[in-house]
Amino acid sequence: MSQSEIKAIFELQNGPKFEGISFGSPVSTSGEAVFTTSLVGYPESMTDPSYRGQILAFTQPLIGNYGVPSSEERDEFNLLKYFESPHIHVKAIIVAEYAYKYSHWTAIESLEEWCKREGVVAVTGVDTRAVVQYLREQGSSLGRITIENTEPVEFFETSSTHLVKEVSTKKPFHVPALNPVANVAVIDCGVKENIIRCLVSRGANVTVFPFNTKIQDIAARFDGVFLSNGPGNPQMCKETIDNLSQLLANGAFARLPIFGICLGHQLLALASGGKTVKMKYGNRAHNIPTKNLVTGECHITSQNHGYAVDPESLSSDEWKPYFINLNDNSNEGMIHLKKPIFSTQFHPEAKGGPLDTEPLFDRFFKDIEEYKLYRLNNEPHLPKTEIVNQKNLNAIIHAKERVLF
Amino acid sequence: MTAANPKNDIKTVLVIGSGGLSIGQAGEFDYSGSQAIKALKESSIKTILINPNIATNQTSHSLADKIYFLPIKINYLIDIIEKERPDGVLLTFGGQTALNAGIKLDEMGIFKKYNIKVLGTPIQTLITTEDRELFANALNEIDIPIAKSIACNNLEEAMDAIEVIKFPVIIRSAFALGGLGSGFANDMDEFKQLVSKALSLSPQVLVEKSMKGWKEVEYEVIRDNNNNCITVCNMENFDPLGVHTGDSIVVAPSQTLSDEEYHMLRINAIKIIRHLGVVGECNIQYALNPESLEYRVIEVNARLSRSSALASKATGYPLAYTAAKIALGFKLPDLPNPITKLTVANFEPSLDYIICKIPKWDLSKFQFVDNKIGSSMKSVGEVMAIGRNYEEAFQKALRQVDPSVLGFQGFKDDERDYGDDLDSLLSIPTDRRIFAIGEAMLHKNYTIEKIHDLTKIDNWFLYKLETISNMYHKLMEVKSLEQLNEVLLRNAKKIGFSDLQIAKSIDVASVSEWTIRTLRKSFNIVPYVKRIDTLAAEFPAQTNYLYTTYNASKNDVDFTSTNSDESVLVLGSGVYRIGSSVEFDWCAVNTVKELRNQGKKTVMINYNPETVSTDFDEVDRLYFDELSFERVMDIYEFENPLGCVVSVGGQLPQNIALPLFDAGCTILGTSPVDIDNAENRQKFSTILNSINVDQPAWMDATSTEDALNFAEKVNFPVLIRPSYVLSGAAMSVVRDKNELQKKLTLATNVSPDYPVVISKFIENSQEIDVDAVAYNGEVLVHAISEHVENAGIHSGDASLVLPPQHLTIEIKRELKTIADKVAKAWKITGPFNMQIIKENDNSLKVIECNIRASRSFPFVSKVLGVNFIQIAVQAFLGGDAVPKPVDLMLDREYDYVATKVPQFSFTRLSGADPYLGVEMASTGEVAAFGKDLLESYWTAIQSTQDFNIPLAPSGMLFGGDLSNDNLGKIAQLVEPLGYRLYVTNAAAQEYIQKYISNKGNVQIIELPRSDNRKLRKLFQDFDIKSVFNLTKTKAENVDEEDYIMRRSSIDFAIPLFNEPQTAYLLAKSLVANISKKIKSPDTEEYTIPSEVRTWDEFVGGKPI
Repeated sequence: MSQSEIKAIFELQNGPKFEGISFGSPVSTSGEAVFTTSLVGYPESMTDPSYRGQILAFTQPLIGNYGVPSSEERDEFNLLKYFESPHIHVKAIIVAEYAYKYSHWTAIESLEEWCKREGVVAVTGVDTRAVVQYLREQGSSLGRITIENTEPVEFFETSSTHLVKEVSTKKPFHVPALNPVANVAVIDCGVKENIIRCLVSRGANVTVFPFNTKIQDIAARFDGVFLSNGPGNPQMCKETIDNLSQLLANGAFARLPIFGICLGHQLLALASGGKTVKMKYGNRAHNIPTKNLVTGECHITSQNHGYAVDPESLSSDEWKPYFINLNDNSNEGMIHLKKPIFSTQFHPEAKGGPLDTEPLFDRFFKDIEEYKLYRLNNEPHLPKTEIVNQKNLNAIIHAKERVLF
Repeated sequence: MTAANPKNDIKTVLVIGSGGLSIGQAGEFDYSGSQAIKALKESSIKTILINPNIATNQTSHSLADKIYFLPIKINYLIDIIEKERPDGVLLTFGGQTALNAGIKLDEMGIFKKYNIKVLGTPIQTLITTEDRELFANALNEIDIPIAKSIACNNLEEAMDAIEVIKFPVIIRSAFALGGLGSGFANDMDEFKQLVSKALSLSPQVLVEKSMKGWKEVEYEVIRDNNNNCITVCNMENFDPLGVHTGDSIVVAPSQTLSDEEYHMLRINAIKIIRHLGVVGECNIQYALNPESLEYRVIEVNARLSRSSALASKATGYPLAYTAAKIALGFKLPDLPNPITKLTVANFEPSLDYIICKIPKWDLSKFQFVDNKIGSSMKSVGEVMAIGRNYEEAFQKALRQVDPSVLGFQGFKDDERDYGDDLDSLLSIPTDRRIFAIGEAMLHKNYTIEKIHDLTKIDNWFLYKLETISNMYHKLMEVKSLEQLNEVLLRNAKKIGFSDLQIAKSIDVASVSEWTIRTLRKSFNIVPYVKRIDTLAAEFPAQTNYLYTTYNASKNDVDFTSTNSDESVLVLGSGVYRIGSSVEFDWCAVNTVKELRNQGKKTVMINYNPETVSTDFDEVDRLYFDELSFERVMDIYEFENPLGCVVSVGGQLPQNIALPLFDAGCTILGTSPVDIDNAENRQKFSTILNSINVDQPAWMDATSTEDALNFAEKVNFPVLIRPSYVLSGAAMSVVRDKNELQKKLTLATNVSPDYPVVISKFIENSQEIDVDAVAYNGEVLVHAISEHVENAGIHSGDASLVLPPQHLTIEIKRELKTIADKVAKAWKITGPFNMQIIKENDNSLKVIECNIRASRSFPFVSKVLGVNFIQIAVQAFLGGDAVPKPVDLMLDREYDYVATKVPQFSFTRLSGADPYLGVEMASTGEVAAFGKDLLESYWTAIQSTQDFNIPLAPSGMLFGGDLSNDNLGKIAQLVEPLGYRLYVTNAAAQEYIQKYISNKGNVQIIELPRSDNRKLRKLFQDFDIKSVFNLTKTKAENVDEEDYIMRRSSIDFAIPLFNEPQTAYLLAKSLVANISKKIKSPDTEEYTIPSEVRTWDEFVGGKPI
């Protein structure tokens, strides 16, 4: 145990207080308190933009065991090798027991050093099972952390914050494939690095656009559109929903493949006239069973969301539910009856979590291939999407530079 | 949530059990088999179970519909199939034994012939996973890397092999004993040198990729026949690759794997299992490079295994139950999660705690045994501990393995004799390595780096051990109780320190466990009770699966409404070891069953993951926790029960009975004060004298002189039981003065502080076991079992016959009288057991009395058709529940005989002398019924592992003690059956010739001393199929001819008879049965042998 222990109080609004030891940045903070039951993947979760502004409690009691890998290291696509975005997005983490000493071949620093460097609050010594039991009963709650000898901050209401605006890239950027086969536009509401990797490694030259880009204006240049994950209430993304509605309404794009994940799924539902609802305490885990309603197959999925699509609100002429959650029967995806459009609430790209549903990216590419073939044969008058780096889109090469706070 | 049965024609299913408990195949298969049968029963399917292990829970009519106590052998399986005509068969719930039998039956076309469906994983998949080459090919098809091994006959082939396998490699010589000629090579020079050396010792070398220091990780996978596939649990070994996973310390879930590593191995496990086509449960083992993403598949077990039992207990997810449902055609998403009832079985548990498994070895019980642990499993049991950090779980587990261990610690004083060898004790894994690490860290100031270099154990684990070490050092600085402040005490408790451990660690003289307990309670430092719910509290689940932890701030259970009149606390058996295993689990399970019948709520404490008693649906509340005084008191204080049962879990709970009683707990049954009067030799003897019950002469010797005088007075041999042991076995028989002197000076430390109990050792007399249940000093039921072996063989290694075949009515009456007197003198309420010697003059002497359920309780209950545990529970509760006394021995007639024989595991214990004596050596037992003794023995002995009836004209090798008639009488019986007799010297030849008419039929063969290959060839050339080596004493050294004869019979899997009475009984059984029961291949007519009858057909009903 560390010698100079700083006490910290983690408190839930109108709820219990838990005393622990601070091992991160020693500043008091507040945010929505959520929990994840994932067993591994704390660096992935903490850098996932979908966790923006939240206080994340881990039910796996031992956290920090394998340290923190390099935030500099990149893969063959120049994407971050170990993180889902360049920085930590959670405001704070709550753990039962922090491993002050770590051991792993990829680790370059401890979780403590990383949190301190990134200004993230971290508390250890908390009965996180008791935290979960409270959140489970009371539903999503605001939490705050007060560091010993500092003034407590007010409970910070996040539901009216436009979190997507905070995490989306400010300018478009481009990630070229090694052997390109298609061009894909990603609408970035807080896209995870591994989503881009899943696209680019399958041969897509990926261009990532800010969340409020007029998709309908650029879609013709692409073989497919991807709607990313992201934080918070989907109804905050009015511009994206409007743009998407126009894209969907435009008959010229009736055959354009679209794939949405998590927030992207919710935005697609809203743009199609559906509704989203806030869940009692959300689903954040790596072990959630979903059933493919088309094939009957079940998959274990990685999830992280506080809102869900109301499947009843979808127009049954156009959409049908694609996946369903076997634990709480919530909607896990939808598929268009006529168009090559589908979306999932869960994360097929994993990181962290199970890789069972990654083949959904292959399905997206199959749609893309058919679309390209169709265009080649039937729409020679339309502009061809050349498989080249689309520099004219003012793309910035480095993913690192995409999020401009 | 319940799912309707899938449509199929399955009505009756044959379930194949695993037989007697042995090393590598133990209690976990009682648990998985029981769960499978439960699952079938729930779907209204009739089950026929074959399992000769009579002590198991699965062999109860509350589970299986028909039960055969028969050998798991092809001929008996065919007999049962012929008789019962089942629609389906389950092969994957009875370990390797059932799997092998199933594959063989399929090869013979039996399933096809009788139109029996193999349920679950298809036979071809089972074959693929068992065959190294098929398996490698299958994995190759999906580009999954496997640990490669290439056999080479010369240096050239080895040079080709290294091109494929690449450095670093390990070279092993094939056919060499004890790893002779093995070694690691990192470059070509080392490689050539090693290969040349190995080839000089052995005709063939194996070149394998070296994965020294790699992590070993396992996944438990379930797949249904709709291709839904999940991993229920992953586990990581504390010991790096090289130690059999059964002999490794294991944690779950993995702790040192990143998301990338965890999910890479997980998704590949699913890919592999789908490719192989498993339908049900399986286990996959990986080696993972600790410095990259490189990995290899080690093996796949396409059946329930020890790991799956552990994973079931670790997660709460009932793997065997689910696998059985899948075998019936259920789909994972259609099955409810049986623990939560709210969610579906198609999910992966999330753990919010950590479990630690530590194996239990009992190697010190064996002479010449090699205590290195490696690729072949040697442990006899295991424990699982639950905590919310590693230290807590780890220290709990260490105490669970051996209650005399405080927690993480160095060697005990009597084991500290390692000289300069500490480094090799760290680098070469043995059963004591964890204490070597403790020694190095706590007493020798080794750095983590140094320990890591020597052991290759991941630093993460070593850092956690360092935390414990640091706490020890802090506690050592505590000079007075006042200095033991709240923060320090709380922190010590959080990392798993027991009260006793703290008491012994602080620098304050004679502080008791109780003092620390009182102190910590004054600070309100008490454990919290948490639930295991498979989903980290994400959904509300009212499970009854609990553990305690100090790393919490809230109880999951509301104790305020607990009503003390309703619940009974039952202490389970703890770890399985030699002398205590599944039979006590049967006792514990039957105790809670009857308590529930009587309307009581049941609370079980046990920590053995191989047991049925730790199954969450057997009890109202299960605490998977320590059976220590401290923890039982904690739970007692939470639960405030009506009382506590200490007498059904064997010796372990019995040991804490008196402290619990003194601390104010209500103990149901015999008073712990009276129990203590039976355990204390002096008090025991005084009471026996007072009631005129005879016992062998004995004394407490406090000096060598005392002992010698006593021995001369009563005449040798004598039995000595030291209270303080330096090395070797605890008890021994001493035959002369010199030996006694040697034993008392070398092996033990006789002094007034450490007296030695010395008693007259009675030989050549019959031994009898009496099991009984009494109420307020009156015997309610009793059973008299006679031993086949004479007195002197540990009763746990003895063959028991019930009802007795050689006792007169007078003797039976006298035995009952002794039981009555003892019950009265000790005011017994509940179970007790006595061992009694009948001398040749018919005088009866009590040699031991245990006021608790004994190992033979399930045997006598199942043979007599009266559940002794049920009656014991009725006695505990008293009042109207107590049944009227009945004399099952004199007032009833039995037209059958049952024999229970020991199951040994010498095969696994390389080098150990297969010798029977006063120290127990067997790991399990099997039993069979028959119309008479010879039929039941014939069947029972065949039920032991690897036993094949030797058929004429095979060779029989004779040797050992020629000073009496024993060996000769056996030769006389079997020689006329057509066997060829062999001996190893002229004296033996001359001796045998005296007993047989065909003097020419005994040949001398010479046993090669050091060349195992030649030895094996010799056994093959002379077609030796059985060995009779009767000896009085253990081997002095490993060059002794008798030792070689005994050991090679074990190494070559040939039946060994090393005790005169059982050898003689076998000979008689051969004479009586061989012509009748061995089917001639030419007979057309199918006859089912008379021993192929169900248990209920023998006893006439299904009372148990």
